[in-house]
Amino acid sequence: MKKIDKFEKPFLLTLVFIQVFWIFTGQAQAMHISEGILPFRWALVWSLVAVPLVAFGLYRLKKQAREETSFKPLVGLMAAVVFIISCMPIPVPTAGTCSHPCGIGISGILVGPAISVLISALALLIQALFLAHGGLSTWGANIISMGLMGSLAGYLIFKVLRYLRINLAVSGFMAGLLADWATYGMTAFELALGIRGESPFLPLFWKILIAFVPTQLPLGILEGAMTAGMVTLLYKKRPDLLIKMKVLRAEEVKA
Amino acid sequence: MKRGRKSSALIIKRGKTTNLILLLVMLLSTLSTQSSFCAAEKWPGVDEAVVKKIAKEQGREARDPLIPTDQGDLLLFVFLLAGVVGGFIAGYYWRVLMVEKGAKKNVQEKEGIN
Repeated sequence: MKKIDKFEKPFLLTLVFIQVFWIFTGQAQAMHISEGILPFRWALVWSLVAVPLVAFGLYRLKKQAREETSFKPLVGLMAAVVFIISCMPIPVPTAGTCSHPCGIGISGILVGPAISVLISALALLIQALFLAHGGLSTWGANIISMGLMGSLAGYLIFKVLRYLRINLAVSGFMAGLLADWATYGMTAFELALGIRGESPFLPLFWKILIAFVPTQLPLGILEGAMTAGMVTLLYKKRPDLLIKMKVLRAEEVKA
Repeated sequence: MKRGRKSSALIIKRGKTTNLILLLVMLLSTLSTQSSFCAAEKWPGVDEAVVKKIAKEQGREARDPLIPTDQGDLLLFVFLLAGVVGGFIAGYYWRVLMVEKGAKKNVQEKEGIN
């Protein structure tokens, strides 16, 4: 027990330092759709789509927490990770802009897309209310892009790659990468639909998507690396947890 | 006895590595902090550079947030609070999962074997 403590303390300290780094660079440089950008009609549509998904996430959380005692702490950890990562601005020298990863890929892999939607909804609500990051009227749209599309992409890519017996770290990397890109793809889709007015949809969609590329291409790779690192770290420290969460099969761990 | 020494050496080695990582993180954080304060105007967020810009071209503009925390250094303070709370929660649940529940699981496994 003492040995584990010795090893854990520096890790917690590192977390604190990362926090300090994030705090001091913490200007609101975001990718979430800001307050008032979407017309009321579209804001309402996305909110109506998001609310049942959030309710379903809550239902799944209650159900799974009854079955597995480690589930609630894992969801708590993922919520904090998603919240921290999704408002951590990272400068991209190649683009001259700042943006942030989403952290939603790892959440989708570990707790599943349904609960991941709930986690993103909570993180986005706190950010919209207190951090001038995103918006209340665009809350639903941001949940769909980050929570639903990001989690689903991460979850599905990871499952498919693991089914094809691809290495755990590579699967995690690809899941993180594509979760990030899927989030921005969906953001471009929502924006183009909402703000196009009389303009045709597709040219505007491509314009927004291409404008995201210089920043999100490298950030997606960073998110992939972070996701691969987290999955591998959990595999080394608590493989039993990954089996319980159905991320891995017991035979895979024994092998 | 030998085994005990080996594991202590391993812990010291791990400690050194993590200290080195800590040092690197601190160095990077200092550099990043300096650059972000000096060049805040030069590094606009992608929301400014892409989302708001294209929305403005299409005749849509962002509104002020409901709670206007983006006033001067107030935003830094709110980020500080959020960082402390977020960091505490992450650290707390990490400890619950990796130390407390991990140790409990190890004990259960040992008892099962014995």
